[in-house]
Amino acid sequence: MKFWQAVWAIFWKDVRAEFRTKDIFTGMFVFALLAVLIFNFAFELRVSNVRQVLPGVIWVAVVFAGMLGLNRSFILEVDRGNIEGLLLAPLDRSAIYFGKMLGNLVFMLAVEVVLLPILVVLFNVNVLQPAILLVVGLGTLGFAIVGTVFAAIAVNTRAREVLLPVLLLPVMVPVLVSAVKASANLLDGAPLAEQAMWLRLLVVFDIIFLAVSYMTFDYVLEE
Amino acid sequence: MSRRIGLLEGLTVLIAVLTVANLYMGLVYARDPVNLQTEVTRKAQHIFYYHMGMNVMAGLGLTTNFVAGILYLITRRRFWDVVARSAAEIGVIFGVAVLATGSLWARPTWNTWWTWDPRLTTATITVLLYVAYHMLRNAVEDPNRRARFAAVYGTFAYISVPITFMSIRWWRSIHPTVFGNNPDAQGGFALGPTIRTAFFFSMGTFVVVFITFLLLRVRLGLTEERLAEVREAVMVRLSRGAEVEPVREGGV
Repeated sequence: MKFWQAVWAIFWKDVRAEFRTKDIFTGMFVFALLAVLIFNFAFELRVSNVRQVLPGVIWVAVVFAGMLGLNRSFILEVDRGNIEGLLLAPLDRSAIYFGKMLGNLVFMLAVEVVLLPILVVLFNVNVLQPAILLVVGLGTLGFAIVGTVFAAIAVNTRAREVLLPVLLLPVMVPVLVSAVKASANLLDGAPLAEQAMWLRLLVVFDIIFLAVSYMTFDYVLEE
Repeated sequence: MSRRIGLLEGLTVLIAVLTVANLYMGLVYARDPVNLQTEVTRKAQHIFYYHMGMNVMAGLGLTTNFVAGILYLITRRRFWDVVARSAAEIGVIFGVAVLATGSLWARPTWNTWWTWDPRLTTATITVLLYVAYHMLRNAVEDPNRRARFAAVYGTFAYISVPITFMSIRWWRSIHPTVFGNNPDAQGGFALGPTIRTAFFFSMGTFVVVFITFLLLRVRLGLTEERLAEVREAVMVRLSRGAEVEPVREGGV
């Protein structure tokens, strides 16, 4: 089996399993929605201009919902014994990484596709601009790249899902800061060209994290 | 074996002497910097010798952790895992000390204990990353798996160290640079001759302190590993129902 065929097979397996149960999507989406609603109540009391805090709300909701999905993605593999099958299969370990990473990325993007229009309705701020969507996409990509490696680590520890945010959030800070800054500036009406620095930072970190993940993932799954 | 203990004892005495001498150099020998405006900021600047020195220690610790982690993944020798863990402990403890001394210095100079400046933020995140590193180690029981996971996480975590170093050069920051120029910095000072001497003395002292601490911690770590092995062997024999002979220990 060619490398990308293996990646596709693993990715498609996750998507099909998700279509049958809809556990991960429902969990992530409802959680993200609840987070946004709670923020809504909190801001009603204090914040006069929601536009200023909205990028933070988007990213908090996406990050925490993403964490739920990441945890599930490897707990399912380990608890149902599928990981042994994947490891025994005659394929490159990094194919497992890319397959799982694409799955996590698509689940998170699916949540965002539904969540962002709801944000427009709830807060009456148009976040559905191409430039903002680009930033959200790049940030989510970085999150899935690193999150997949750390989810594979966390599932093999005693603390499991408790450990994932502790490991993941500090590493994600450069990506989150650039994503929040860029989307905040774009919401304020700054042109995309002025955000080149933050966008470059996002792309650079996506590339660095992808390279490090690709190099180290074999060591995580080696058993 | 006994030779190495001799070396470590020598180093331990040496760092005690150097540390006292370093206090003298930084607090008494080094003159107040001339270009700071108020008496308080001039006196407060003397914390620089220890703030910067501990920063060098933390940096060396995290760099050693990164290198030792990679060496572990390549060679699979438990020794490198012990080195990585020891270095990360030094990194965290002195990283916290850098934040604490920085905060003490910020109060008189910037008129606040803390501000979310790029340098302060990146430094805090770096410390948190290595706290997470230790949490990860504690959550894995199998020693080989623990070593592998820690080395992988250490590789990701280390990305934050050069960012912290470069943060005052990339972004507008009020944190001064010692060498080079930062137009936004507040509380930066000119290096006079006594300041320069005291600075290099302090750097040398902290490098020797780092090497000594690392060697002591690695020796302790290796002894812990040996103890775990012996304990394991005893448990295996006990579970077989055999008489347990006293385990003869050669070293340490």
